[in-house]
Amino acid sequence: MNMSASEQELAEFRAEVSAWMKHNNPPDPGFLLPQTFMEVGDERQLEFLREWQHKIWSAGYLGMAWPKEYGGGGVEAVFQSIADQEMRRHGVPICFNVIGLGWAGPLINDIGTEAEKAKYLKGILNAEDVWCQGFSEPDHGSDLGNAQTRAVRDGDEYVINGQKIWTTMGNFAKYMILLARTNPDTPRKYDGLSYFLSPMHVPGIETRPIRKITGEYGFTETFFTDARIPADCLMGEEGQGWKIAMQTLQYERGAEAGAAGGQSMVRVTVDDMISQLDGVQRDGAPVLQDPVVRDQLVQAIMEEKALVLGDRRAHIAHLTSDYPGSLPLSNKLRATEMTRRMRQLAINLQGAEGGLYVGDAEARQGGFWQRAYFNSFSATIGGGTSQVQANIVAEHILGLPK
Amino acid sequence: MSDATLSGATLSRATLSRATLSVLGNTTLRFSDEQAMLLDVAREFCRNKSPIAAVREQLETETGFDRALWDEMVALGWAGIALPESCGGSGMGISTLVPVVEAMGRAMLGTPLISSALAGQLVLRAGNAEQVERLLPAIAAGAPATLALLENGDWGDERVTLTLDDKLTLHGVKKFVSDATVASVFVVSVMYRGELALAVVPAQQLTAGAVHTNTLIDQTKRSANVDFSGVRVTENNIISGPQVAIALRDIRLLGALLIAVEATGSAAACLATIVEYLKTRKQFGKLIGSYQALKHPTVDILTATDSARSFIYHAATLVSDEPLDTDTEIACRMAKAHACQTLLYAGDRAVQFHGGMGFTYECDAQLYIRRAQWSQQQFGDAQHHRKRLAALLLD
Repeated sequence: MNMSASEQELAEFRAEVSAWMKHNNPPDPGFLLPQTFMEVGDERQLEFLREWQHKIWSAGYLGMAWPKEYGGGGVEAVFQSIADQEMRRHGVPICFNVIGLGWAGPLINDIGTEAEKAKYLKGILNAEDVWCQGFSEPDHGSDLGNAQTRAVRDGDEYVINGQKIWTTMGNFAKYMILLARTNPDTPRKYDGLSYFLSPMHVPGIETRPIRKITGEYGFTETFFTDARIPADCLMGEEGQGWKIAMQTLQYERGAEAGAAGGQSMVRVTVDDMISQLDGVQRDGAPVLQDPVVRDQLVQAIMEEKALVLGDRRAHIAHLTSDYPGSLPLSNKLRATEMTRRMRQLAINLQGAEGGLYVGDAEARQGGFWQRAYFNSFSATIGGGTSQVQANIVAEHILGLPK
Repeated sequence: MSDATLSGATLSRATLSRATLSVLGNTTLRFSDEQAMLLDVAREFCRNKSPIAAVREQLETETGFDRALWDEMVALGWAGIALPESCGGSGMGISTLVPVVEAMGRAMLGTPLISSALAGQLVLRAGNAEQVERLLPAIAAGAPATLALLENGDWGDERVTLTLDDKLTLHGVKKFVSDATVASVFVVSVMYRGELALAVVPAQQLTAGAVHTNTLIDQTKRSANVDFSGVRVTENNIISGPQVAIALRDIRLLGALLIAVEATGSAAACLATIVEYLKTRKQFGKLIGSYQALKHPTVDILTATDSARSFIYHAATLVSDEPLDTDTEIACRMAKAHACQTLLYAGDRAVQFHGGMGFTYECDAQLYIRRAQWSQQQFGDAQHHRKRLAALLLD
């Protein structure tokens, strides 16, 4: 099983996945498909994506590097990378259960008990169990260590009280990775936190959808009112919550090791931005002939190319010796900020049409770029704002003081 | 919000399906064992032999470098890395020079290595077999050589007015000739019988007073305006033919790349200098590195330097002794456009973040910002290259 796959084996596998994706790429369903897992707003979208993820998993192209006994494929991670590349290349819909596939799953795989692995991993892969994350609180967005939601041990249960916010797919989820305070009196605020793999469908847990800047849905507020969850939902021990949460954020922020795979968002590139300008005029000539616009586009292309080249270089130990970890740890910061800037530019270049929005028949590509720009903030804010990310890179990579 | 409203935003994936050819184009990046070995050796060498104190000792000397140190570099084989083995070189190609130049940029180590390497490449790419075999061994053995291309300050003006007449006499001046005072040989772009050609001019053929040194913003570098008027060129030192224009185009790209490589090394060193100061300097009772107004731009320098490093090693992956293809041209231009902007930003912030110290000659920040301004102007600045990238990528 640990024998390295040959180049030929990998090439054959790529051809196989490519053929499968081409053949099974579903036709346009006629309704909005989310570009990211943070945009699943209604049941129709959910059921479509659930079915699609189940289909990919059934074909053997998801969780390929996870252990076989828990629904995985038990092969080298390189196969999953190839499958993911082909998914992107064919522009198939996303594998939406991202919090399970990319964050909770790898965590359970890495530090979970046998019982936890047996209970959760397969449901993550086959999309039967949607996962959400309960970290952020209304008053503690970036300051995660200050989370105040309480968990009090009572016999075989914990009683949860408090409120979480920005719960992606909170209204659809069966499980939540939950950060709650089991001890409010520790000298260091971090030491009072504990980590739970909590069920969502218990009395006392209520979700309320949040309408986003785009006008759409995708997140909830989550309220805990004397909600009782089994004591064995505690992951690790009481007081280890911060450490486990930080490990979760490592997966979330781009250290991809352990992720089940599947694309979490439809990748929109600078090519797409340029091709949407088809027919747009500036000063009475095609916009692509405008010298100022051309320079802006070249800079956008360079920025995206640098990101791709950085991924390549990150694998060459000799070329990352200055600040090992710099590329993966700054990846979220660089990628999300680039995305935001690019989408902002995309609207800017549309001329007067740039002022139209989703719902206007004349909006360029249905207002895709306007909506995409607004949605891009979910990535520069969620999972640690860019400003907090910059602090993390400064402190952990450059060694600058807090 | 009703579905009717949302459906307006439905974007079929067909609309968004990627064009077969992406504007991102070629994104290969490989690093050979030879490059790795050279990077280790060169970094160690530069760390030991070229500390900042040694760099400062050379700032006001005539040649700008320590001859004994140059001899050691030659002994390591660096002057001939990219030249053929038949000429006393290592035959490893220009890509193996990249880690060496990066290490030198990091140490702010001047020397005529880049000038010599480019002059050697130009002869290699444009010269005939006899010229290659006759002219390159001296360069590989450490006799400095240089290019004489510019006639004014415009890197975008490729016209040549310096002429080689039918009596094989040169008429005209070249400007900003790097390392002119130490070069033993000049490779000069000329017009000969109405065609672009190259003249190889040994230094001893220059007339007295022909070299007028420039006072450069970067004191680790040397250049001069050179008047070639009256120099008689021997017939076997004329390089002509249609390959000359291609070789000249390529040498400008390789020059841009090597300057970008050097600038990337300097940007990394500049970042280290900033970080060190931010970790030791206190104001208002706190280490200044704890202030986000300094912390965040420093992270910007880190990520920009990371990108620069990716660009230069991507370009290094693509270059070869053959005429450069479009992918390689794009890679070299991107490397130059990005790396020199990065060093400019890093050097500029290094001065500012050192506060009052940063305003002094004693502070090392000056070395980096001076290098930055000089590098930006070699082989075309960022705007020059982005303008050409626009045509390559968007038309």
